[in-house]
Amino acid sequence: MTGARPASNPAAVPALEIADLAKSVPGRQLFAGLTLAVQPGEVVAIMGESGVGKSTLLNIVAGLDTPDAGRIRIGGSDLAGLDDDGRTRLRRRAIGFVFQAFHILPHLSLVRNVALPLALGGGDGQAEAAAMLARVGLGGREAARPAELSGGELQRVAIARALVHRPSLILADEPTGNLDHETADRILALLIGESRDHGAAAIIVTHSERAAAQCDRVLRLGAGGLAPANG
Amino acid sequence: MAEPLLPARPALWLVLGEWRAQPLRVAAAVFAIAVGVALGFAVHLVNQAALASFAGAVHSVAGSADLQIEARTPQGFAESLYPRIAHVPGVAVASPVVEVAATSGQIRRPGSGGTASGRLTLIGLDPFRAVAVTPALVGVRPGRDGAAIDGVYFSAAALAATGARVGGPVTLAAGGRVWETRVAGRLAGVGRAVAVTDIATAQWRLGQLGRLQRLDVRLAQGADPAEVTARLRALLPDDADIATPAGEEARSDSLSRAYRVNLGMLAMVALLTGGFLVFSVQSLAVARRRPQFALLRVLGLRQGALARLVVGEGLALGIAGSILGLGFGYGLAAAAIDLVGGDLGGGYFGGARPVLAVTPGAGLAFAGLGIGVAVIASLLPGREAARARPAVALKSGADGDAGARPRAWPGLALLAAGGLAALAPPIAGLPIAGYAAMALLLAGGVAVMPALARVLLAPWQAMRAPVPVELALRRLWGAPRGAAVALCGIVASTSLMVAMAVMVASFRGSVDDWLGQVLPSDVYLHLEGVETAGLDPAAQARLAATPGVARIRFQRSIAIRLAADRPDVQLSAQPVGATGPVQLPRVGASATPPPGEVPVWVSEAMVWLYDARPGTRLTLPLGGRKVPVFVAGVWRDYARQFGAIAMADEDFTRLTGDATRSDAAVDVAPGADPRRIAAALTARLPPALAGQALVARPAEMRAVALQLFDRSFAITYALEIVSILIGLVGVAATFSGQTLARAREFGMLRHIGVTRGQVLAMLASEGALLGLVGGIAGISLGLVMAQVLIHVVNPQSFHWTMDVSLPWGLLAGLFAALVVAAAGTAVIAGRRALSADAVRAVRDDW
Repeated sequence: MTGARPASNPAAVPALEIADLAKSVPGRQLFAGLTLAVQPGEVVAIMGESGVGKSTLLNIVAGLDTPDAGRIRIGGSDLAGLDDDGRTRLRRRAIGFVFQAFHILPHLSLVRNVALPLALGGGDGQAEAAAMLARVGLGGREAARPAELSGGELQRVAIARALVHRPSLILADEPTGNLDHETADRILALLIGESRDHGAAAIIVTHSERAAAQCDRVLRLGAGGLAPANG
Repeated sequence: MAEPLLPARPALWLVLGEWRAQPLRVAAAVFAIAVGVALGFAVHLVNQAALASFAGAVHSVAGSADLQIEARTPQGFAESLYPRIAHVPGVAVASPVVEVAATSGQIRRPGSGGTASGRLTLIGLDPFRAVAVTPALVGVRPGRDGAAIDGVYFSAAALAATGARVGGPVTLAAGGRVWETRVAGRLAGVGRAVAVTDIATAQWRLGQLGRLQRLDVRLAQGADPAEVTARLRALLPDDADIATPAGEEARSDSLSRAYRVNLGMLAMVALLTGGFLVFSVQSLAVARRRPQFALLRVLGLRQGALARLVVGEGLALGIAGSILGLGFGYGLAAAAIDLVGGDLGGGYFGGARPVLAVTPGAGLAFAGLGIGVAVIASLLPGREAARARPAVALKSGADGDAGARPRAWPGLALLAAGGLAALAPPIAGLPIAGYAAMALLLAGGVAVMPALARVLLAPWQAMRAPVPVELALRRLWGAPRGAAVALCGIVASTSLMVAMAVMVASFRGSVDDWLGQVLPSDVYLHLEGVETAGLDPAAQARLAATPGVARIRFQRSIAIRLAADRPDVQLSAQPVGATGPVQLPRVGASATPPPGEVPVWVSEAMVWLYDARPGTRLTLPLGGRKVPVFVAGVWRDYARQFGAIAMADEDFTRLTGDATRSDAAVDVAPGADPRRIAAALTARLPPALAGQALVARPAEMRAVALQLFDRSFAITYALEIVSILIGLVGVAATFSGQTLARAREFGMLRHIGVTRGQVLAMLASEGALLGLVGGIAGISLGLVMAQVLIHVVNPQSFHWTMDVSLPWGLLAGLFAALVVAAAGTAVIAGRRALSADAVRAVRDDW
């Protein structure tokens, strides 16, 4: 099933194309026949019951897990044709991740945490990282340690890290799950705004109707695949 | 642009970040490598310095001789050989030498302390010949020119050994003769305790008229050494052989080779234990950082690059440890030479004064070993880090161990390979395969631990236990890899410790038993410096007639050379009963000599070195000819590593014409006081021999022998203690690392109502259980490894066997200490982990 809302720019190469995707875990089928296309700049929310396979779907899209069947193309590159190193390189170039649990390396300063995706590619990235930190409201705190930050601030750092290398696709797994409503709203607005500003597509897995309402499309994941949340 | 194998910048950030966060554990790993490298480097430096010093001392005596014609026995060869050798085409100069062991004053027992032992080598030279070959031995009195030897010239070591001074009187004794003379001058540049005089004087004073012990030969320019050697060999009598500088080097090298290699291997054991500590630290660091590594994979770090990052950390630890280790090693070597001498307690290089010299090659080699061990120890953790599935690791955090089923076959395969290696023969005379067997057994024992731990813990599963013990059991059962890392350190250090302890206890026990067997009499008399002549029959009769002496058995001991490149073998003539020598502890089967053949009984070393098994024949240089003898049996001898032969005293006298004796074993009559008998025997000695005699009772000799044994094992004990300490540091680091990494788990337990005391009880139970399982496994593995040391490494190194004796008290104490230390470390680390706020521990990201 495809999502409900039409793509914002039908002529462009989709940031993400999923066709006939199936995945099962021991004892049950998570989903089958899952199809989805996300255009650059489009923000899609995916909702569903716990254990339905939302995080697994994100992991498969990122090349961290393998599907039983189906095809995934990111910016036109078919994941099936890539080995582990190829998928890693694609992830480094084209994908940004935001997690519920932030996952900020505790022993690195903020600027180094944010610069990591660029540094892993062989660059320095600290100037870009400092600029990105400024964009998420943490300018001047480049040298701070993660232990000095609140949960909301840590998630801002995670968003900066997810965007610093200008990926074409942002994958966010419950990015506001650990935050209070007010902070969650601000973080989500930041994530969506920055994704759009960078022309990146974003898939946000969430349980929050409030968060989903801010996205361009809201889909619900079930055993039959994705369906519009209001349909 | 090609992608780097490991992006340098983030790698540096991550490694430095980890080091900042875990400084103590990093320091422990660096220290462990540093100690291993330091010990290996120090042993190497001291050995090299001692060998160089010993070689220098030999060279100063041999001079520029291209060849030496040496007597096979102390009696020397006929001097008529000299002119025939001197006229062989290709011989430029032949310098005749008389060389005998001599004493001055009353000799002192070995190990009794002080430098004035009273022992020296007396050399007689023809100065006009010697000046062309061994100029260092030609002493010149101040104010006199030319190559004349007037009086006796002493080396500095000889002056120290005798307490004599230049210009002063000195009394020399050798071969039952006494010579009162003056020290005419000093020999410069001669390291050994040597006194030199004119050859004619020496022959006259020492009863060596017509005899020579050596001819130093310098070849003519352009002469082919092989051709000249062949011509010389054709002229040699049965009691002389040709020695080359290379052969001399091989002989001096073989004197201490096995001891040096063993010390080196012990140092490597310490390094290996350090490697396990690095493995433990790295494994824990990988387990703790599993989600961090998963994040790096998500952000785009390739699998291979992640493995290289962990190995790179090991490399950095290795480099830091090795650099420190080289510095420590040099200091340690200098201190060791000061404290125990250049032979490191082995007793091989008496009189040598070593000077430390560092070669870049050796430094690089030991640094390479340290770095190699650290890198190898990081390979498995690196592989583990790279193989973790990022999605799972990010979700489950650092607890990704659950459900892993350990495999036993790699460990069993290594154990089997170790067993096979133990059966292999020595390589180049050294137990290389034996050491490989030890390493394989250790690796196999460690590798099999996760599976074995399940087997050992299985019986506890059904047991009903209090909550803390129950939690501890479930944790160990459910996280076999975590338990394996802790067990790895315990098993490695315990097994090495046990193997060494059992070997040393067995060796010491066997030596003690052996001393009891070879010293059955009440008083022993031993004469030194009597290689050429000892107690004559009249003196023997006088001693036998000493009141209170019930029975006296005389012996004659001389050194004979069976191979030019091997140390001398001791031949002793002694009373032989119907079944062979009466006092020798026999091992293995005997063979009955055919009628007319001369039977001999050989030490175990003779079987190893000369293949002298019972029933075979040897050729001995006796009485100026080669005498075939029949090997009738083998006996155990811990005194002479390079071989000893016993033969009947009447055979010896008949074959050599030498009826003098050098030793006596005395049984005193019932009621007689052995002390008085000893004094009476000394009083009845010929005056010329009195200063060369040592009289002792078995208890004294036993004490001295065991004191020498302990001295020679002092470095071994020290190296073993260091290995144990590194092993225990490893166990402590492992427990504290694992415990501190579980702060979140403890926080959760506190949230659900588990008391602080119960958490500590759980940790103590875990530690004790691991100590218990590790102790059982480590002691079992150590007992197996001890068998390799006792039955493979020792016989192949030192050519003697021993009976196994287990130090039960030590093993029990070790086991108890291990369990208590493991539990204690876990509790101490647990207190630290519990001191963190429980709320914060649960909330912490990672």
